[in-house]
Amino acid sequence: MDKSRLSSESVMVDPRQWVKKYADYLYTYAVSRVNDEELARDLVQETFLAALERIKTFEGRSSERTWLTAILRNKIIDVYRKKSSGPERQSDVTEAERAQNDFFDPNDGHWNEAFRPKEIGEEEDLLVSAEFSVILQKCMEKLPVLWSAVFTMKHMDDEVTEHICEYLKISSSNFWVIIHRAKLNLRACLQKNWI
Amino acid sequence: MNSLKGIIYNCRQATFLIEKKQIKKLTFRENIELKIHLTGCSVCRVFQKQSILINQMVKNLLMNSQNKERKLDDNFKQNLQDRIDDELNRQ
Repeated sequence: MDKSRLSSESVMVDPRQWVKKYADYLYTYAVSRVNDEELARDLVQETFLAALERIKTFEGRSSERTWLTAILRNKIIDVYRKKSSGPERQSDVTEAERAQNDFFDPNDGHWNEAFRPKEIGEEEDLLVSAEFSVILQKCMEKLPVLWSAVFTMKHMDDEVTEHICEYLKISSSNFWVIIHRAKLNLRACLQKNWI
Repeated sequence: MNSLKGIIYNCRQATFLIEKKQIKKLTFRENIELKIHLTGCSVCRVFQKQSILINQMVKNLLMNSQNKERKLDDNFKQNLQDRIDDELNRQ
């Protein structure tokens, strides 16, 4: 396969320009989703190399950037899947579940006094508060990997629910439980660290 | 809280529906149940308000981190460029 000939013939694909044109963009995309600069660098490199390998499958139906981003996105999903299926998966989930055992009365399901949501300030102020978003980020990092993967895919990337279940190999009822529990822990963490 | 006694679900379930509602349309029945619960439960109303706010903030976080473009260092880029050139020149 003559890759260089292919690329010079095609106006759509020009791998020699990729680093210049897209490396920073892809790196930013990756860092904001995996929160790890080292890992993000590796993912960008893997993305370009994988793209070179399957350059023939690029049909020009999307832009080069969209195509590369799709490859990167799949690699990020692989990271989520690997991280959440390791041996730690069960233990960090168990711990996070234990943390919210006390939130509700086991008999009637009502909020226990100590864990009741309290007003934490004016919405408009919180939305623009840099300090508050730092705490939010810290609280998100504390979530179990699987929960954080589900939460990020849904609320950051607006991914279709069925796809999330398929990628992360969870059932639909498990999906809803995770969405619920992740929010309970996240909100409690914000209240605890903000007030 | 007496008024809640007759309702077939509780705060744990109400918060579950609050989360679900932000992603998916609730069934008619779920919707009614949640409405009744929220009418009688100010704590879950606070929860709902905060939950919506959190979702909004999480979206903002991502947008902010995406708008402020990060730069890879030049060394890394040069190595990457060399690798790509090598691959392309191999044939």
